[in-house]
Amino acid sequence: MEKKLENLQILVNHLTYHYPDGTIALKGINLNIYSGEIVGIMGKNGAGKSTLIKTFNGLLKPTTGVVYIENDDVNNVLMSKLTRIVGIVFQNPDLQLFANTVEDEIRFSLKNLNFTKTELENQINLTLEKFKLKKFQNRTPFTLSGGEKKRLAIASIMCRNPKIIVFDEPTIGQDAEGVEFIRNLIKEKHSEGKTIIIVTHDIEFAIDNIPRTILMADGLIIADGPTNKILSQDQILNIGSLISPQLIQLSKFLIDSGFKVPDNAYLKENMIQFLGSFLKEKMEITEGGKP
Amino acid sequence: MNLIKFEDFSFKYDQAQDFVLKDIKLNIESGKFILLCGITGSGKTSLVRAMNGLIPQFYHGEIKGDVFVKGKNTKNVPTSTLSRDVGLVFQNPENQLIAMNVEREIAFGPENIGIPWDEMDSRIKECIKITDIEHLRKKAPFEISGGEQQRVAIASILALQPEIIIFDEPTSLLDPKSAIQILNLLKKILLEKKISTIIVIEHRLDIVLPLADEVILIDKGRIIEHGEAHYVINGEKFLNSGVNIPKCVSVFQKLMNQNIFIGKLPISIEETKNLINSIK
Repeated sequence: MEKKLENLQILVNHLTYHYPDGTIALKGINLNIYSGEIVGIMGKNGAGKSTLIKTFNGLLKPTTGVVYIENDDVNNVLMSKLTRIVGIVFQNPDLQLFANTVEDEIRFSLKNLNFTKTELENQINLTLEKFKLKKFQNRTPFTLSGGEKKRLAIASIMCRNPKIIVFDEPTIGQDAEGVEFIRNLIKEKHSEGKTIIIVTHDIEFAIDNIPRTILMADGLIIADGPTNKILSQDQILNIGSLISPQLIQLSKFLIDSGFKVPDNAYLKENMIQFLGSFLKEKMEITEGGKP
Repeated sequence: MNLIKFEDFSFKYDQAQDFVLKDIKLNIESGKFILLCGITGSGKTSLVRAMNGLIPQFYHGEIKGDVFVKGKNTKNVPTSTLSRDVGLVFQNPENQLIAMNVEREIAFGPENIGIPWDEMDSRIKECIKITDIEHLRKKAPFEISGGEQQRVAIASILALQPEIIIFDEPTSLLDPKSAIQILNLLKKILLEKKISTIIVIEHRLDIVLPLADEVILIDKGRIIEHGEAHYVINGEKFLNSGVNIPKCVSVFQKLMNQNIFIGKLPISIEETKNLINSIK
């Protein structure tokens, strides 16, 4: 969707947040997020990332400044309304899961949404199937593996169908299939027009899946732009305690070695194509040179 | 020398239907940085729990075979004894830090096994030096960053002077630079022989592979590959295992499948650069 005023979904203006112990976590944040965007938030531990996203669903109220979610000032809107618009999947599923069984975890999440009994059971079943949790239905969440718990935590938020979905470190502890699952989920939700915000340290995931990245440091936004640009500038990387994704490092090396590398070689398919044609050329020269 | 030896070991948790570990034959030798990898639910955490006696002494269930830690059978020798040989650091240091300040935190372990005060003092000093946390000495473990907490957790395990340290996803909560610093710190501790062997469970293979001497690949409770890092990474089993293959590996793997590239797959960016230089 276009970045038009009517599509503006999250507006943050001069936001500061002071924790009760005196820690100043946010020192003046200005940010626009438009409906249907996929936005990454990166930065060191303690930069203020988690604090910022907690203001989006009313978990934390701004100390000064304002946060508007779909034209509602978070200071004046009911928490119950906000939590239906903004769903946050937290980093540590242990802090989010509490029910006795996997099924109850989903049931709890759907409880206050006015479903009839049949609808509710249907919705629970659909969610369990979609998130491949059916076989754990009656198990306690605490006997699941780390990756499975994460899937349950995601399922318990997704079943409420929020318009804005915030993922806090979704790829932690995930194997390739788990990462693929999250990638596809984001694609699917994006195609449904949802707004997706991803707090992450996972540079390889970000470069492939997140077009826009906001970099935070010390309670401020210090960079906001295309992810491939953010993750290739040494100065920004240093402030954010980040490193370049492997294929950006490789592109830079190739450029420094005199190759003409396409701008988009930081994506795997493009790098394969580029190196493929280089290697083929080499092979032909070698073979051609044979007596 | 064999530090840990699994002899046809199988384990099934109480009330579980299937065995989580199946016919494990494994020798862990000294002087290695070992990466343990496998997909979610493959049995990584259970395997390391069996390395310091948590399985079967804390987690009960059905057992076949034996595990020996420096010759001690983990069925009979109490975990309190085994923990002096094998230290375990968990993913989330917050779950493991308990004291009022960093110095007390590091002292907690040695204090509880009755180390005399003067020796303890020198151990604390050394651990603080190795992990580079002098500036945090008097701080509370809860007011420092995730990377710093992980350093404190490492220091507090080092203070027990175990031969083997096992890290269950030590960097998953850290930013990329801090993650690399922690892994480099582990490698340094190993090279300086402060510890005999390090076993790391990691999903972020791109940052840990460059440091690994050996890789153990586990799938459905069985060890399907174990050997020198390049050997394992170049094998079909690894490439099809469903772990997160680093991009530099998967790029060259694809080129290999297209018959454009023949040779050893590079496991780090440095190796990739050398490879390209050698072709150029």
